[in-house]
This record gives sequence, structure tokens and C-alpha cells, in this order.
Amino acid sequence: MPKQIDLLPCVPMALGSSLEKNMGLLQNTLPPKKRIKRPFTWGDVIVILLMAVLLYGGARLSFDSPLIIEGPQISLNPFALPWYTLLSVGRMFGAYILSLLFTLTYGRIAAYNRHAESVLMPLLDVLQSVPILSFLPIVLLGLSAILPERVAAELAAVVLIFTSQAWNMTFGWYQSLTTIPRELLEASSIFRLNTWMRFKRLELPFAMIGLIWNSVMSWAGGWFFLMASEIFTVGSKDFRLPGLGAYLQEASNQGNFYCIALGLAALIFTIVALDQFVWRPLLAWSDRFKVEMVESDQPPTSWFYDAVHTSRLFLWIRSVLLKVNEQFDLWIIRRAPMRLYTEVKTSKRNWKIGIFYSLTGGLLLYGGYRAVLMLVLIPSTQWAQIGIGAFATFLRVSLSLVIALLWTIPVGVAIGTNRRVAAILQPIVQVTAAVPATAIFPIILLIFIDVTGGLNIAAVFLMLMGTQWYLLFNIIAGASAIPQDLKNTTSILQLSRWETWRTLILPALFPFIITGAITASGGAWNASIVAEYVNFGGQTLFATGIGSLISQATAKGDYPLLLASTLSMILAVILINRLFWRRLYKLADEKYRMG
Amino acid sequence: MAINHTYNALLKLRHVQQTYASGQRRFTAVQDVNLTIYEGEFVALLGPSGCGKSTLLRIITGLQRPSKGTVLYREQPVNGVNPHATIVFQSFALFPWLSVFENVDLALKARGIPSNVRAARTTDLIDRVGLNGFETAYPRELSGGMRQKVGFARAMAVEPELLCLDEPFSALDVLSAESLRSELMELWTGGGIPTKAILMVSHNIEEAVFMADRIVVMDKEPGRIVAEVKVGLQHPRQRKSEAFQKVMDRVYSILAGQTEPETIELGVAPGEQGRTRSLPNVTITDLAGLLEQLSELPENRFDIYRLPHELGVNSDHLLSLTEAAEILGFVYVEKGDITLTSLGETFAEASIQARKEIFAARIRRVPLMRWLMTMLNNSENRALNWDIIYDALESEFPEGDAEKQLDILIDWGRHAELISYNDDKALVYLKTPS
Repeated sequence: MPKQIDLLPCVPMALGSSLEKNMGLLQNTLPPKKRIKRPFTWGDVIVILLMAVLLYGGARLSFDSPLIIEGPQISLNPFALPWYTLLSVGRMFGAYILSLLFTLTYGRIAAYNRHAESVLMPLLDVLQSVPILSFLPIVLLGLSAILPERVAAELAAVVLIFTSQAWNMTFGWYQSLTTIPRELLEASSIFRLNTWMRFKRLELPFAMIGLIWNSVMSWAGGWFFLMASEIFTVGSKDFRLPGLGAYLQEASNQGNFYCIALGLAALIFTIVALDQFVWRPLLAWSDRFKVEMVESDQPPTSWFYDAVHTSRLFLWIRSVLLKVNEQFDLWIIRRAPMRLYTEVKTSKRNWKIGIFYSLTGGLLLYGGYRAVLMLVLIPSTQWAQIGIGAFATFLRVSLSLVIALLWTIPVGVAIGTNRRVAAILQPIVQVTAAVPATAIFPIILLIFIDVTGGLNIAAVFLMLMGTQWYLLFNIIAGASAIPQDLKNTTSILQLSRWETWRTLILPALFPFIITGAITASGGAWNASIVAEYVNFGGQTLFATGIGSLISQATAKGDYPLLLASTLSMILAVILINRLFWRRLYKLADEKYRMG
Repeated sequence: MAINHTYNALLKLRHVQQTYASGQRRFTAVQDVNLTIYEGEFVALLGPSGCGKSTLLRIITGLQRPSKGTVLYREQPVNGVNPHATIVFQSFALFPWLSVFENVDLALKARGIPSNVRAARTTDLIDRVGLNGFETAYPRELSGGMRQKVGFARAMAVEPELLCLDEPFSALDVLSAESLRSELMELWTGGGIPTKAILMVSHNIEEAVFMADRIVVMDKEPGRIVAEVKVGLQHPRQRKSEAFQKVMDRVYSILAGQTEPETIELGVAPGEQGRTRSLPNVTITDLAGLLEQLSELPENRFDIYRLPHELGVNSDHLLSLTEAAEILGFVYVEKGDITLTSLGETFAEASIQARKEIFAARIRRVPLMRWLMTMLNNSENRALNWDIIYDALESEFPEGDAEKQLDILIDWGRHAELISYNDDKALVYLKTPS
């Protein structure tokens, strides 16, 4: 039985004990020890208000954005592909560096400062459940009002990818910092490690494996948003960016199958190369940082790492670096020795915190007031439209989830419990899952565009493409985690096939299905922004839906509607998360968890 | 090194108190502790879990600042982590990603010592604890005993004057613990280390009597020093000797205390004036096991300090079991002996159903249970949400304890069929009318 499933890192779910770590993302934000009573807290209200104010600011800026935005010329010449690939990877890399810096600072502040923690963690929780793509139009329009169009589009892409990458990394880092064993912390103090040495020798190593896995997940998620922002076009506003996504879109637009194949090949090649030359070596290297005091039976391996880390050149570079490192460490140890107790002057601090809170509070209230002023401009017919749109999108999301569940449960169980099936299907699944759904969307459109209701089908298809993998990989992990003795028990009891599913397999899978579905549903809502409104082959198509409304508002320059629909979508998703998913998640965690 | 007593005080604790606030209530972890450690002394801090001995160790090393009182090191107030003190940790606290060499080296590096000086010293220390050949090994490749040797080597590396040991042998198997103890005693009595004094936290009585010159006995609720015992035996000590056994007996009878009158033993209910007694965390199955074992002994009586050995359970767990049996009136502890009461005897011989009835009758008398049952009885449908009871208990117990106490209450109540609990709805029900 495959105990640990070996996956391409493009799929955000390949952790040894997947449930623990994946659920950890959510779990962290649940109040400790006590069972939660209220699905909402004051913190949520403040965070949502903050988001409304930010969006309002963006919408305000958008008033000055140009009406017509010319896109770049996308060349289909195969020789342009390496350059486009480099551009795409560059954007990803830039956003990743940003995410990493954000993670290290934000997570550290939240972990070590109680005051900050009580604000920062709920904020992060809401941020991670917000459909990020819904921000894209406002960010694009807002930035294009103050910056040259190309710079605005580049920046918006980086910001968007950043927002898709940062949260899970930050949660992981925060979680690591707060779970460092107390005795290791005490040992660092007793042996007088200063802040730098503590970071280098304790915090970073302790968090390393989680940080790398989260980076892998973030890159996988990032591709989805990179492709979306590279192909984003509404009405006469062409926000496209030269890159792999735009290349694929242009090829589909022109119906050029040769170029589509080339583009896809370049994309898959890039993702596989990153996997083989970056992530796998990193994972193999990071095995030394595991905290368990036992040797693992299946440590991650990488041929590239094995080849490189014994090479002479590498060893030489390493020895030079170690010398420099030693000098730097000693210099910083002498300059900044471990700090003794820092005297906390409570009165003075309270005073400062008070001012900080009242200032932010005032700003929030004022911003909220202005946002409401903009929102009341919207006629009730438009509100009705928003309601209907949200419902239509909800139906699409649900449909895609149901379809995904229908096929992933049997297939996932087959792969997770049967070695032979796994050997055949796993490679296929891995490569397919590697391709970000948004990259193939233009191709799907090309196929469905002439069918009646084509856009509806294509939209559900896109959502499905973006969501099914989360489910599949979680279910595989769940199925392979069913203990053998329970399986034996069901055969000894001679339970029928249906009874076995009902009493063992489905309950055992439940937590995994829920974990997968939470991520999947978030992804599907995101997809609606690009899926429900398209410019394709010179024509504009849209379906009823809230994603479509956001895009239409962007195209028309209807900023109050843009604000209202974006806010509504965010609220809808948060509501569904809190009232539906979180409850199921709690049930899964409390009742159906193995061991 | 009791002989070389120089009577120079190394460390002084004066009226040290540690309190934690939780909601409106304050809990005292350590109350009014006065303690002096002299040069040349090996002191053991002994007590049941939760008596604040580890807290005290953290206060002494400066890891934690006491809420009240002063800590003086060589007559200077300690401010921040004491650079002359070091700790050997129970769980070793080695950095798993660093090799044996790097772990020891790090302690020296953090003090800004250049690498050429460090290398020689690290190698020497690893030699001295007998780990040469394992310099490049990672902690996970070593046995527990070897890991703790690295812990000792690292602690010695910084040449501490005050070496603090936080139950350093309790995570080891019996054999490696024993050999490590002897090796440490050899280093200490042979004067091979610059250490001026050793302070060891322990809950193993034999270990303390074997190693220490002075045993400071603590008790819990609130954590405080209740007695000091001078050991005054020559090293190496013979465990079988009469003198050794006599000291053991004395320490054990201080620790086990004796059964108090029932009103004191039971404490009061939450909200009432006085001490709310927390229930020991034991299962009824284990409790029944203890009573059955006792009932098979001659006169239903046994020497309490030999009981852990006799039954093969650890002494901490046994102290909790004894405490539970005392609260319920099944046993009687006096002068270091544990005796089964006639009620306990009846219980041990009863059928499953009869045991439940006896148990139910007894725990109804426990104020905490009485309080819970009254509360349930007065509420709608005679059921209450877990959270509500939890909230009520939270003001009675330190953080984290309230949940444990409620779990014990539910477990005991379910066992006695007095209450039942639905985990899905998080509801606690009263079962029989009271």
C-alpha cells in the first residue's frame, strides 16, 4: 500500500500526514480549547470593514483610470516562447520573494506579540478565505489610474500572485513558531542565542519543512492566478501581459492548435523543471530538519540533489560560504548579544496603543462611511442583479463540486487502496493536475464557444478543472490512510460492499473530503471572475453570475457597481465558509478523525 | 562534596512567589519560597507533579521572573538569564538538525568564542562524556542515554558555576539512567568540573537520596517547600544499606503525607469559602486495580514507598491513585503505610454492578461532583452545555486545569452512571433523579 503518495508539487496537497497539516491552516484560527459558539466575532466585522475601506479606496482611484487600455502585441512566433516563459516565471519569482518577506515578518510579529496576534491572525483568516481574483479588477483599475498601464498591469499581477501565495506560508510559519517545543526555546535562552542565531539555528530550521511545502503549494496556486492576470481583458480594457498565459490565449483566439500545443508544452516543461531542479532538491535537503527523533522510512529523494551536493564545485562553494558565515555570525553575536529582559513600561505602551487604535478606528469608520455613501448610489435593480448573480455563481460552484466529488471519490479510493491502479493512474494524474486551469481556459472556450450555453458549460468546466485535484489528492491520501485492521474487520464481519462504504470508507474519508472541498470551493469562486465573462475571438460573451457582474462593471467603468459586487462576493464566500464549511470541518475534526 | 562545604552562599531565593492570573482569579504556582544554595552542594528539589519545582528551576536560572521576591546570585540580584547557570533538560532539548559536535559547539559560539578555540574545547568535552566517534552523528541516531550525554557536554561547555538538572534521567531507560547518574557523580565528587553547585529537580525519591546532599521537599496547591532533609551519607552510596533505606522512608512519608479528616480531604465546592479540591487524573479501572492489589496483601497494608516497585507503576501515578482512593475513603495513609479501609475491601471484592453503586455513593460526596449535580438538577431538562460548566469551572482552576477537571468529572460521573454526556451536542445530562 502506498503510504506516502509521491506527487508533483504543483498540487497543493502532498503532505505526509496531509490532514494534520492542511487542516492546520484552518485549525489555527479556531479559538483554542473551547468549542466555538459564535461563527462570527468582532474581529471579523473589523476585518470586513477594513476590506470594504480598501476596496472603496481602489474604486475611488479607479475613477481616474483610462477608458481604453491597449494591450500588448502577443507574438505567436515559437522563438518568443522562451522569453514569455521567462517573463512569467519572473513574475512568479518576484511575487514569491515578496510573499517570503511578508511571511517572515508578519508571522514573527504575530507569534511573539500578543497584542498584534489578536489583530493579525483573524485578519489572515479572512484574507485566506476571500476570493482573491475578485480583487483583480479593482487593483488593476486603481493602479492604472496612478501608474503607466504596463507598470500597473505588472504590479497588479505580482500583487495578485502575492495574495495567493502569502497566506498559507504565513500561517505555516506562524504555526511553526508557536509550536517550537518549550525546552528548545529555553535551551536557546540558557545558551544565550541572540535574535539572529535563534532565527538561524532554531526558528528557521524548525519551520523549514513546512515552509518549503507551503512554498510548493503557493507556487502551484500562483500559476493559476498568474495565468488569470496575464489573460485578463474586459470590454475595451486589455490588461494582458506578455507571458505564457497570454501566448496560450492568443493562440486559442486564432485557433492555432500548433501554437497551443507549443505553449502547453512550454508550460508543463517549466513546471516540471522547477519541480525537478528546485523543489525536489530542496525537499530532499530539508529532510534533515525534521524534528522526529526516528529515521523516516521514506525520506524524500532527488537525483539532482544527490548529484550536486557531492560535487567538488558545490563543496568548494560551501566551504567558502561557511567561512563567510562564521565571520558574520561572530560579528553579529558580538555586536548584538542576547537581550536581557526588556523592561515593559505598561502605562506608556497602553497610551501609545490607545492612540494607534483610535486612529485606525477613526480611519476605518470614515472609510466605511464613504463606502456606504457610494453603495447607496446603487439602484435596487442592481442589488437584485447582484443577488441573482451570486446565486447563479453559487449554483455553478456547487455543480462543479458535485461533479468533482462524483468522480474523485471512486477514483481516489481506487488509487489510494490499490497499488496497481496507482501505478497506472498516478503519473497521468500528476501531469494533468500540473497545468493551471486558467491556462487551458482559452482552449476550453475554443471548443465550447459554438455550443448553445457554451459559456455556461465552459465556466463549470473551468471551475471543475481548478477544483477537482484538491479533492482527488485529499481523497487519495485519506483512502491510503485507512488502517488495515479496520479493513480486515469489515471483511471478517462479511459486510457487503455498500455496508463497507457506509461504515468505513466514507466516514474515514470525510475529513479529507471536507479539507479538499473547502479549498476547492474557494478555487471555484475565484474561477468565476475569469469564467463568466470573456473576450474571445473579437466577441464578448457573458453568463449570469457575480463574477460576470464584476467584469462588466470593470468594462463599463461602473465603479459603485464594481465595489458593491466585489464586496458582495467576498461576503458571500465568507458566509458560506463560516456557516457551512467550518461546521463540517469541526464535525470532521471532532468525530471522524482517525487516531 | 558535602565534606568540602565552604558555606559560601551561591544563590538565594527570598520570599519568591509566582502567581498566574486567569480571568479574575489568581493562582499561586509557587508560594513564599526561601532557599539558599551553597557552594559545594548538591541539592535535590523533590515533589509531586504540579508542585512548582520546574517553575522554581526556571526562576533560579532567570528564564522566568518571579511575581514577587528576589533572586540573588552571589548577592547580586538576577536580572535576565543567569550567565553562570545552565540547564540539562528532561527531553534533552538538543537541536535535531545539528550534529553532536554542532550542538556542543553552538553553546560556545553563542558566547562569541572564535572557531579555532571552540573546536578543541568541543572535542575535549565530547571525549569526556565518552562520545568520541559520534561527533558527526545527529541526535536521532543516538540512544536516549547518549543524547543526554550530549546534553551534559553542552551544559559543561559553558563552564557553569550552577548546574541545574531538570529531571535529566526520567526520560531514559533504567540502565542508561543508572550509568549516567554514576558518571555524573564521578565527575562531581572527583572535582573534574568547575561546577560549584548542582541543583536537580526530580520526582524520583531514590535518585534524590542517591545523589543529593540535601533534599528540598515541595508540595502542591500551592507549590511550596514543606521540608528539608539532609542526607549526610558518604559517596558512593549503597542503596541496600539501612541508613539509605531510612532516609528513603523519611522522604516518602513526608511526600505521601497522611489521610486528613474527611472534610479537609474533600475540600469545598466551587464558589464556597475555602479550597476547591481538584480531582486526581486517574481512571476508575486503575483505581480498582490498586484496591484489588492491596486486598491481596497481608493485612491489606503496605509500605507506601515500596508500592511503586511492587506494582511496577511509576511513583507519580501511584501518588495520584492513592490520592483518589483517599478522597473516596477506600484507603488510609499513615506513617508511610497505606491501608485498605473496610469500604475499600468491600469494593475490591464486589461485582461490577455493586462496584458502580459503591463508587456512585462515594463520588456524590465529593463537593465538585455534588456541585455539578446540583447545577444540572436546577437547569432545564437537567442538562447543561459543556461550555457553561467549563466557564463556571474556569474561575476555580488555573488555566488548562479546568478542562481536565471537567473531563475527570464527566469520566467519573459516567462510570458511576450519575451523569451522561453527548459529545456531538456537547451536553452533560443528569442521569438519575437526585
